[in-house]
Amino acid sequence: MISQFFVLSQRGDHIVFRDYRGEVPKGSAEIFFRKVKFWNEDEAEEAPPVFNIDGVNYVHVKVAGLFFVVTTMVNISPSLLLELLQRIARVTKDYLGVLNEDSLRKNFILVYELLDEVIDFGYPQTTSTEALKSYIFNEPIMVDAGRLPPLGPAAMFMQGTKRMPGTAVTKSVVANEPGGKKREEIFVDIIEKISVTFSSSGYILTSEIDGTIQMKSYLSGNPEIRLALNEDLGIGKNSSSTHDYRSSSGGGSVVLDDCNFHESVQLDSFDIDRTLHLIPPDGEFPVMNYRMTQEFKPPFRVTALIEEAGPSRAEVLLKIRADFPANVTANTITVQMPVPSYTMRASFELEAGAVGQTTDFKEGTRRLEWNLKKIVGGSEHTLRAKLTFSQETHGNLTKEAGPVNMNFTIPMYNASKLQVRYLQIAKKSKTYNPYRWVRYVTQANSYVARL
Amino acid sequence: MAPTAPSPAKSASPSQPSGKSEVSDLKQQLRQLAGSRAPDADDQRRDVFKRVISCMTAGIDVSAAFGEMVLCSATSDVVLKKMCYLYVGVHARAHPDLALLTINFLQRDCRDQDPTIRGLALRSLCSLRVPNLVEYLVTPLTTGLKDPSAYVRMVAAVGAAKLYHISATTCLDADLPAALKALMLSDPDAQVVANCLHSLLEIWTLEAANSEAAGREIETLYSKPVVFYLLNKIKEFSEWAQCHVLELASKFLPSDNNEIFDIMNLLEDRLQHANGAVVLATIKVFLHLTMSMTDVHQQVYERIKAPLLTLVGAGSPEQSYSVLCHLHLLVMRAPMLFSSDYKSFYCQFSDPSYVKKLKLEMLTAIANESNTYEIVTELCEYAGNVDVPIARESIRAVGKIALQQYDVNAIVDRLLQFLEMDKDYVTAETLVLVKDLLRKYPQWSHDCIAVVGNISSQNIQEPKGKAALIWMLGEYSQDMHDAPYVLENIVVNWDEEQSPEVRLHLLTAVMKCFFKRPPETQKTLGATLAAGLADTHQDVHDRALFYYRLLQYDPAVAERVVNPPKQAVSVFADTQSSEIKDRIFDEFNSLSVVYQKPSYMFTDKEHRGTFEYSEDLANLTVGAEAPETVISAQRYQENDNDLLLSTSDKEDNGIRSSNGSYTSTYNAPSDLLSSQTPAETALINPGSSTYSTQTNFSLDDLLGLGVPDTPAPPPPPALALNSKPVLDPPTFQKKWGQLALSFSQECSLSPQGAASLMNPQSLIRHMQSNYIQCIASGGQPPNYKFYFYGQKAGAAAVYLVECIVNTASAKAQLKIKVEDGTTADAFSTLFQSVLSQFGRS
Repeated sequence: MISQFFVLSQRGDHIVFRDYRGEVPKGSAEIFFRKVKFWNEDEAEEAPPVFNIDGVNYVHVKVAGLFFVVTTMVNISPSLLLELLQRIARVTKDYLGVLNEDSLRKNFILVYELLDEVIDFGYPQTTSTEALKSYIFNEPIMVDAGRLPPLGPAAMFMQGTKRMPGTAVTKSVVANEPGGKKREEIFVDIIEKISVTFSSSGYILTSEIDGTIQMKSYLSGNPEIRLALNEDLGIGKNSSSTHDYRSSSGGGSVVLDDCNFHESVQLDSFDIDRTLHLIPPDGEFPVMNYRMTQEFKPPFRVTALIEEAGPSRAEVLLKIRADFPANVTANTITVQMPVPSYTMRASFELEAGAVGQTTDFKEGTRRLEWNLKKIVGGSEHTLRAKLTFSQETHGNLTKEAGPVNMNFTIPMYNASKLQVRYLQIAKKSKTYNPYRWVRYVTQANSYVARL
Repeated sequence: MAPTAPSPAKSASPSQPSGKSEVSDLKQQLRQLAGSRAPDADDQRRDVFKRVISCMTAGIDVSAAFGEMVLCSATSDVVLKKMCYLYVGVHARAHPDLALLTINFLQRDCRDQDPTIRGLALRSLCSLRVPNLVEYLVTPLTTGLKDPSAYVRMVAAVGAAKLYHISATTCLDADLPAALKALMLSDPDAQVVANCLHSLLEIWTLEAANSEAAGREIETLYSKPVVFYLLNKIKEFSEWAQCHVLELASKFLPSDNNEIFDIMNLLEDRLQHANGAVVLATIKVFLHLTMSMTDVHQQVYERIKAPLLTLVGAGSPEQSYSVLCHLHLLVMRAPMLFSSDYKSFYCQFSDPSYVKKLKLEMLTAIANESNTYEIVTELCEYAGNVDVPIARESIRAVGKIALQQYDVNAIVDRLLQFLEMDKDYVTAETLVLVKDLLRKYPQWSHDCIAVVGNISSQNIQEPKGKAALIWMLGEYSQDMHDAPYVLENIVVNWDEEQSPEVRLHLLTAVMKCFFKRPPETQKTLGATLAAGLADTHQDVHDRALFYYRLLQYDPAVAERVVNPPKQAVSVFADTQSSEIKDRIFDEFNSLSVVYQKPSYMFTDKEHRGTFEYSEDLANLTVGAEAPETVISAQRYQENDNDLLLSTSDKEDNGIRSSNGSYTSTYNAPSDLLSSQTPAETALINPGSSTYSTQTNFSLDDLLGLGVPDTPAPPPPPALALNSKPVLDPPTFQKKWGQLALSFSQECSLSPQGAASLMNPQSLIRHMQSNYIQCIASGGQPPNYKFYFYGQKAGAAAVYLVECIVNTASAKAQLKIKVEDGTTADAFSTLFQSVLSQFGRS
């Protein structure tokens, strides 16, 4: 039973505030905000998503820089509340097109309308964007997505490849196009977050892929969809042994550790031909989440070196090699490296002819930062830095610096080799031919090289 | 319809209206618009309503505009209606008279042709929360439950619970629960069924305090026909309702194994659901159903591992946090099962600190012979991390693994390497660990001492690390060549030492050193004792005095006290009792798992959730005895974060064992006191509590407040109770059934006591402080019911009490049953005297 739901801005302003049961004492939003803001200040730790103050349980998620919070007096499932908060954020995004402080403030009445239907007397009701449509009477007021900083995994498609209509993913599910006609289209995004840890000798210590097949449908009339994945897709760690004859010949079969599915997905023929059948509900939702710890080729090789160069100096060498095809380009790459706390200055030396690269020494956090706008597959980039220390080093520099951490996004590339073989939409008529977009993207979750 | 065009500046900044003048301005505008028939009047109204609601959101009191809002609400515009209902729902409570004005059009809307309007109106009508309007709710609710539209029935089903909260009798008199039950078992719409279930559970759970029939109704909900009916429909429910049905199913008691397997087969595919809450709820069903089947239970663990690990990576960090908390609980119960998945718990760069901390705890728990090397290697990487809190936690984790006895050899080497890193916090944490390790593995002292001896105490700022170093200097002064001189240097700076903990350790270390190397330490000892005696900190002063007198009395005795032969510590204290862990496991998939506390420790009785609470003795929740164990556990932790008995405690043990006669004379030193629970302290000084109450009385009088008009408490009885009686709920129940009633009476509470009962826990605590424990309690204001028990000191005989308190009349009905008839009167007198004191101290 949820007592209250509210959304707070980064400054603690109430954007929406709904009390469902009138049992939590006044000022709960302020109590919450103070607690989160000043959680263990000395250690600069983040407040956990669930905590209890004076018998009131506060559960929150951070979405687009906003706090989505529920309070409850009873001992209920924290996962239910956290999932629900994420879902409310997603449904709101479906309606508003863009989810941020500005769009919420402009549409707060619509959000109240949604909240009225999503939760009644603290009990979650429906969170389906589609089912909610008949109860929502406000028209969303659109904010200009172009001028806003991109948010969320979908935003990455706005830059780069021209084939994709930039505004499609920030389009409201309910609002009509300026022309009055709704464009029939469907987006299927394969988003993979990869985590790799390299040892100091370049050996891969751990590697994991957390992937999602995300769908956003603007199709009218809810046609059935067939989504076919790799035929030789294996699921479960043991499945590789049972399909041995296949993988030995192909050599490249994809084996997932585990996966889960959205409830609209029919798995009747999944075991036979790896095809998912579903009638996609409106709005954005994950068709399938999967996890893979099978070895894969990491998109980047990172090498980092730090060496003493005199009593209070050191030299750093960072090298990145892009191990993916030349027709693929990674963008917004950031490489960060913590340096010894007694580092005073750093001077950088980029490779000759470097374009779109910037470097910085963050004095507050003692980090070197190297930004690259894009990296073309197959290329290699290096950065040299000279560090000046305020004291003499005592021996082991590698224990005082690192690890190197890297962030990147690679559109039209997926490390797991999981493929959508085809996306079939049940035809309503001969002329019915909606736009389909199948897009791949790989993001760094934790890409670390140790010194 | 196109979006309205309010002035953008106003709608874009709902949170900065100017307050009072804004409200009167809005009232003005509403009044003008009330009767307006202008074509754009609705648009204008929308604009003003929006501003009112934006003020409301920002926390500005807009209740003054209530009348005007109501006047404007006679409209056919749905958006306007909704805004108005939202406003009325928030403010009706404060304006019951004006709320009456809205009843009319809400009732009319409840009969609208459009089901959306009917549902909307009914929901708003039930949300008014005005007690004197309940009569208007019954008819729309009864019709609503029979409405052809599922949407309206859905709203009505929740509405019944809302009505119950406003007026329980109205809800019951209208026989709404019966209608809900019928609807739950017949309605084709899954959400209607789910809402009926929500409401029934809520109503009967609250009602159970007053009627036995309600308890039976709850049992029906958990019965096979209902549970199976709901489970068979599971896929029709929304994911949230699925969670609720699964929660119900987890409490179901199957009659045979076939039922268990039927349920598990039916729910198998729920483990593949993308919603983590559904998966966890399913896991709870599986775990609880198979509790009695060890093999299947193990299979369940194997089965749920992969889905849980997938959930950790799939969602937002907040979602993975909750899943990780549950994994943590499982890992603690079955470390072996996860030992090969240790890499899943490595910290990732992007993890927030609350996730990293949990992962470190899991790595500690699953470390065993096969994976310790890898885990410790990984943890050592974090130790040099820029993230200082995580670095600290990682070092502690390494230490804990070492204490678990796996691969100690390599770990000691690693720890000693930490000392060479020369980062102050790393050194401090490591010293604490080395100290603990040495107490468990004295054989490593040579290797460690060699390294520790090279550390300068000047480089360590943190008290814990410094204290650990000083302890080692004292303990191993025979092996550390310059120990006396190092200690001397520290003593010289006595006045600059801020931490009393360090000064206490310094006193003891110098004493130890003195007995091992007297000629070199004598001078320092004199200086130390002098400094200690002059210290302003009470504990430090007392310990110095204690040592001084001990030395005066007999140095040989002093040596036995300070330097007794020590045994290596083999087992260290577990901070949480297994009973508490089991209770947390019972409450799987709830906040208890996140807080690592059972629900009674953080939730009010009345909010303990639909499943935890039952008035029936058979399902009574354990009341107050457990919190005490926890308090002492926490206290223990405070004293002693390093998991082992702190040095001072151990010395005290030494005192007790080596020379019993000193214990009674010297029980003043602070650490002895602090390690005792208040109850024990009181035990040493019997009668102190009654004494203090009496003092309070006379003080009251002196201050001219007058003697309270209630009769003075009876004189303290002679009966002594056991401070820690032991009785579990089943035994209580059995004995209560067996024993004859030996005493039944009504007695009165002090007015203050009755007022304090706003929080029933306060009475439980009060009784507890007089050694009367609560085993179960329940009820709603003004009626509370408590079951207490006590035990005669030094005997097994128990006293059982049922105590029904009415706070309005400040009266309590007592029923007492005793095992030992001779002390029945003494106990009842004692109980009444304690009860009458409640609220007065």
